Amino acid sequence: MIPGSFSYHRPASVADAVKLLSDLGEDARPLAGGHSLVPMMKLRLATPAHLIDLHGIAALKGIRRDGQNLVIGAMTTQHELLASDDVARSMPILHEAALLIADPQVRYRGTIGGNVANGDPGNDMPALMMTLGATYRLEGPGGSRDVAATDFYQGAYFTALEPGEILTSVSVPVPAAGHGYAYEKLKRKVGDYATAAAAVVLTMAGGKVATCSIGLTNVHETPLLAADAAKAVIGTSLDAATLKKVAAAAEAIMAPAADARGPVEYRKHVGGVMVTRALQRAASVAK
Amino acid sequence: MNDLTPTREQRTAALEGMGCKRKRVEDIRFTQGKGNYVDDVKLPGMLHGDFVRSPHPHARVKKIDDSAALKVPGVLAVITAETLKTVNLAWMPTLAGDVQMVLADGKVLFQNQEVAFVVATDRYAADDGINAVIVEYEPLPPLVDPFKSMDKDAPVLREDLVGKTTGAHGPRKHDNHIFEWTVGDKELTDAAFNKAEVKIKEMISYHRTHPSPLETCQCVCSFDKIKGELTIYGTFQAPHVIRTVVALIAKLPEQKIHVIAPDIGGGFGNKVGAYPGYICAAVASIVTGKPVKWVEDRIENLTATSFARDYHMTTEIAATKDGKVTGLRVHVLADHGAFDACADPSKWPAGFFNIVTGSYDFPTAHLAVDGVYTNKAPGGVAYRCSFRVTEAAYCIERAMDILAQKLNMDPAELRLKNFIKPEQFPYHSALGWEYDSGDYHTAMRKMMETTGYAALRKEQAEKRAAFARGETREIMGLGVSFFTEIVGAGPSKNCDILGIAMFDSCEIRMHPTGAGIARMGTKSQGQGHETTWAQIIATEIGIPADNIMVEEGNTDTAPYGLGTYGSRSTPVAGAAIAMAARKIKAKAQMIAAYKLEVHEDDLEFDIDGFRVKGLPEKFMSMKDICWAAYNSVPPGMEPGLEAVSYYDPPNMTYPFGAYLCVMDIDVDTGVYKVRRFYALDDCGTRINPMIIEGQVHGGLTEAFAIAMGQEIRYDDVGNVVTGSFMDFFMPTAVETPHWETDFTVTPSPHHPIGAKGVGESPNVGGVPAFSNAVNDAFSFLGSTHIQMPHDFWRNWKAAKDLGAVA
Repeated sequence: MIPGSFSYHRPASVADAVKLLSDLGEDARPLAGGHSLVPMMKLRLATPAHLIDLHGIAALKGIRRDGQNLVIGAMTTQHELLASDDVARSMPILHEAALLIADPQVRYRGTIGGNVANGDPGNDMPALMMTLGATYRLEGPGGSRDVAATDFYQGAYFTALEPGEILTSVSVPVPAAGHGYAYEKLKRKVGDYATAAAAVVLTMAGGKVATCSIGLTNVHETPLLAADAAKAVIGTSLDAATLKKVAAAAEAIMAPAADARGPVEYRKHVGGVMVTRALQRAASVAK
Repeated sequence: MNDLTPTREQRTAALEGMGCKRKRVEDIRFTQGKGNYVDDVKLPGMLHGDFVRSPHPHARVKKIDDSAALKVPGVLAVITAETLKTVNLAWMPTLAGDVQMVLADGKVLFQNQEVAFVVATDRYAADDGINAVIVEYEPLPPLVDPFKSMDKDAPVLREDLVGKTTGAHGPRKHDNHIFEWTVGDKELTDAAFNKAEVKIKEMISYHRTHPSPLETCQCVCSFDKIKGELTIYGTFQAPHVIRTVVALIAKLPEQKIHVIAPDIGGGFGNKVGAYPGYICAAVASIVTGKPVKWVEDRIENLTATSFARDYHMTTEIAATKDGKVTGLRVHVLADHGAFDACADPSKWPAGFFNIVTGSYDFPTAHLAVDGVYTNKAPGGVAYRCSFRVTEAAYCIERAMDILAQKLNMDPAELRLKNFIKPEQFPYHSALGWEYDSGDYHTAMRKMMETTGYAALRKEQAEKRAAFARGETREIMGLGVSFFTEIVGAGPSKNCDILGIAMFDSCEIRMHPTGAGIARMGTKSQGQGHETTWAQIIATEIGIPADNIMVEEGNTDTAPYGLGTYGSRSTPVAGAAIAMAARKIKAKAQMIAAYKLEVHEDDLEFDIDGFRVKGLPEKFMSMKDICWAAYNSVPPGMEPGLEAVSYYDPPNMTYPFGAYLCVMDIDVDTGVYKVRRFYALDDCGTRINPMIIEGQVHGGLTEAFAIAMGQEIRYDDVGNVVTGSFMDFFMPTAVETPHWETDFTVTPSPHHPIGAKGVGESPNVGGVPAFSNAVNDAFSFLGSTHIQMPHDFWRNWKAAKDLGAVA
């Protein structure tokens, strides 16, 4: 549990960070909150020769409005997300999900950028970002580009990030007023990754579901958008037969690994239960 | 007397003696981060050692190449079994009569076994060195399932024992067999079963878990070549035993070994035994001439230092059809891992497991325990319990519920019907113990009345009907547990460690100004001894507890003691304190008689001093007697006021308790909610009710963890898969239920102050309460026994297997 030796860099600008990453190549890793990287280094499963700490870059901090989007700097901590009135008001599901991430100590340090960029299927924010239709801003040696959250995740710890690129911000469209939302997460204890979790954002019209988006956490090597399941609820009043069909549709795309949280069969089953419960709760808070 | 004269109540209160909720004096430093733990010990020139560990559960070690490691900057030495052989320390004795490799000698027998010890100038360099040691292994087939360990074709694990048909505890049946231990009357028990009207039989497993104290095991060893003295700072629950073990195996004169156990961050049985880290750090210090520190990390603690339990108990009860038990038969398969490193201070290889008749009047019983080797970490220690008592309590408390289910009786009723009656004490159990005192019926009825047990059963019946009608997906369970502990190891007729009888000791020195110091053979790891020991002395001799300093853990200054574990401190050392205090008091009485110019028989003790009978104004306070002890003792008497007591208890003590757990389980996810947990403990005389409450809260939290998910698990090929707190369930305050505590008081008749010990009761009694609640919840769906741990997915699986989930 003792890391190997490494060089520490603390650039003051995104450009400097990108340059360091490009120059130092594969031996360098950007450091955000460090909750994933540092334990891996202690186990010597990750042995970067260079750590590029992003804490010195003021431009990576903060939450601002940009038209119909909320733009969140990558180094914004989960605690800062929770402290934001704007987030709580316009995007309450983000507030709800951030509260389910570990404990206050972790949330003081853990960042949204680190959470979405690491490609860990156990992280909560990626599926949520897919559900909300978020876009990530990536900056690299060749300039910047925007990638939709739904296109970002390629495999466990594999993402659309190219060598030398840093995820600098997350842009999230503000959901329609009166939308219903829920993030249902089954976990064994505080600090654990989800056994399975489901994010739902929907709107209701005349007692029936008008629009719906469903995201799934930790039931596949990447976060998932359950498109078929979401389509199946449109126009329904979430009756028992529909919920059963939706849970089955969601389970059909899940491929969790068996682990100490339970066997595959269980994790898929509770994944379906989380979808059902998230839909019901989201519908109940929709206006 | 005038208004300023304190009342008797005020004088008593000023002492903060027994029964007082005195605040813990040690917490002043602990809560301010000013404790002094082993890792706080930093000696000049200190080096750091760390282990190369085996990735294989079973393999031959072909070659260890340390040449690259020795080139790593800061690395000074790499110690292997070959190095240790030069000082005859490649193997060490265990507390259970077995021997254990200190470093892999030819073979590794469990994953993460210690293979080489790298010594470096700092921990970073040591870890760099570890990564540079190249070990060549030849993997061998692993043996993981204890039920297969005695198969004909099972791989032989312990080549050092091949051909030995006798072990430390009698004949061995197989190369992987450690011992067979039998107790009780087999013929009589077989006869009881032959004519039984009702019988139950169930294989009840208590899974492998771990004490996992907050602070891991660690030490600093410092060898002074000039003086030939070895000083060891370590996380030791029993420092004197460590000193003796070191003297015996390192062949050092015992007076030249100084063992210091500073503040300890929890032990729970994990810090009783000796570990390879201690030996390696000592040898490294001798080799380098510098102090060497070894600090285990969490993964090492969970996967290499001693686990607990792994007992597989096939349990049968014979009974009449109206529910009177007539016989008990238990066979245990005990998985000890690669070495029998069970911390076992009794003369029996399965500790006090023969308390398995529990709180019930079994006319006859028979017990057999087979210990076996597997390719897992060695152990198992007593995780917050007296030796194998929690296994026994779980076994009998589950079995009684299974019998109640078979008889269609309420489990509380069945227990009440079979309890040992108050008038039967002292009670001789079928398996050989003499229970000192108890009033089980009163405790059980108090539990049932306080919790509204009958109403809860009614609610459960209604919920079950609602579940059957499809109106709810939640099921409700009531977990009853009525345990009898056996603690206070122990009487020399029963208990020893490496031949040393398990007495304990206290030395009290009173100073002239009415203050004093008490030194003990015990060692607190969080139990609050500095607070409670002073309270016993305060009541016994009438000096305020605040004026008594309690010191433990330094073998140079403390009287020889056997340490703290198995809830033994109060039953054994608590008695030694009272006896030493009474010696002080007896001398004080002679001094007071001399000063007050009366015969000592004319004096009576009155709270905080001696008073002349019939002459209330003639009084001498203990404070004044302390002063007089240093300047005006009676002619012929030696000055000073001090005493030592070594207490060999005449019997064990038998705390008991009645617990109830009320649990709701969502069958669709297996998620449970502990709605209520009530714990009534009877630990005899209560020294500090607040500390008892704290002990009960802590023990119940551990019991909750163990029953509901805490597990050391190995996969089929011997990889340990629960090496961190991510997967080893360590509940936080969020998961921990609310605890309701209660008590009755049935003093121990043979203990000087009537106290029985309480630290371990809640772990012992809590586990069956949780497990019985889960089992009770599912029983109406047709199950008889669901194995622990009851984590979410297993609860869901139980529901699914019983047809409650599609």
